[in-house]
Amino acid sequence: MKKKELPQDDSPLENFTREVCYVKNEDGKYEKGLSSGWEVKTVALENAWEEIERRTEEAKQKVLNGEASPVLYYLELKLMDLPVLVGYTGFRRWQIKRHMKPAVFNKLSDKKLQRYADVFEVTLEDFKNFNI
Amino acid sequence: MSDFKHIQTAHCENGVTVNLLQQQGLDFLNEPLAFGIGSGLFYIHIPFLKVNGGPGISFRSMPGAIFKRTCKALDVKVERKKFKSREAAKRYLDQKVDEGIPVGCQVGVFHLMYFPKEYRFHFNAHNLIVFGREGDEYLVSDPVMETTTRLSAKDMEKVRFAKGALAPNGHVYYPVQAGQITEEKLRQGIITGINRNVRDMLRIPTRFAGVRGINHTAGKVRKWRAQHGERKAGLFLGQIVRMQEEIGTGGGGFRFIYAAFLEQASEIFGNDKLIGISEQFTKSGDLWRDSALQMAGIYKGRITDQKHFEECADIMNEISALEKQAFKDLSKIKLG
Repeated sequence: MKKKELPQDDSPLENFTREVCYVKNEDGKYEKGLSSGWEVKTVALENAWEEIERRTEEAKQKVLNGEASPVLYYLELKLMDLPVLVGYTGFRRWQIKRHMKPAVFNKLSDKKLQRYADVFEVTLEDFKNFNI
Repeated sequence: MSDFKHIQTAHCENGVTVNLLQQQGLDFLNEPLAFGIGSGLFYIHIPFLKVNGGPGISFRSMPGAIFKRTCKALDVKVERKKFKSREAAKRYLDQKVDEGIPVGCQVGVFHLMYFPKEYRFHFNAHNLIVFGREGDEYLVSDPVMETTTRLSAKDMEKVRFAKGALAPNGHVYYPVQAGQITEEKLRQGIITGINRNVRDMLRIPTRFAGVRGINHTAGKVRKWRAQHGERKAGLFLGQIVRMQEEIGTGGGGFRFIYAAFLEQASEIFGNDKLIGISEQFTKSGDLWRDSALQMAGIYKGRITDQKHFEECADIMNEISALEKQAFKDLSKIKLG
């Protein structure tokens, strides 16, 4: 990539930083160049976020319909997957899967629920009652 | 602390390596050299791993490998520690920082507050340097940032004890001792780095990695539209582009950094053939950028026919062939 071809598009990096890319200068030698962003990847990132929002909305509907517990909703909202949630809560994978069922969730002790609430950064009351 | 010099690089691990080793007096070291000596260039389509249902792809070697290999090649001793206890992890970091030793830290980016929100995923193999503290805050040199930043003690604990894949467990590391680096040692490091990279890209015994790995992904790209539909297939392509171009790769999936490394190696060895091979990697990086552009056409919803997916895959096959030839040529050059 030539130095003058280095994209300087708008991106979420604005006001945070510019990123280093390696480009060829006029003498055909490599040097560091700074780029504010490239539209091609900004769109890819935006799409990834739209997908996260879509999944979160889907999870929200499932909770409202009584098909899943708030654990699923917050898992999506906080961009987690099972291994991440296992790491943060200390619960086993199979336990978390059970806790995603409303019937099981409704019988969980406050102590267990608090562990989730802490990880999801919400109050116990809001978590239990799905106040979002 | 006041004489700490922040160095911005494309990739965090290269940056930490360069910065910490420069502190040890290795002034000549820069990002492309560290990347080449550490055999950073790679390609792997990780089997059985799904990221958001899509492909998990990496354009570089395992996290930690570049630092480890570069230090080893240059005879630098490294001290590392991981912790179970958060308190012990903090005490150790504070102690080193108070002694005036800049320390490399592995962190998760989800709670890394000086990153834009859009970039904060549960990715745990990011690296930064802590070079001081003031009151409740740590002074941080993050190699991908233009300037130094700060983190509160609370946030520092969060990022050092992020959970999930590659959880850092408070991992800290720093070089303790570097001897004299002779011209000979540097040359030997470059040769070892090149040979290892040739081996990894050409002879790794799996179809998921090296130059064959690129063809493996190309084969998948041809099938995605029929298997998953336009929307999902487009998301998967976006995922490839992000792994390839996001902060840290220097553009073109690290290929431009590697080309810059070979350009430097050519000067160090006085060998013009290396310039020709550097050109081949520049070409490869440019093709990766073309492929990203083509993929963007698809995930923007502008061109979504099967033939457009085929065109992406065709470019990837071309890249695979090109890199195969480049590494073969590289393996034939006699250095030192």
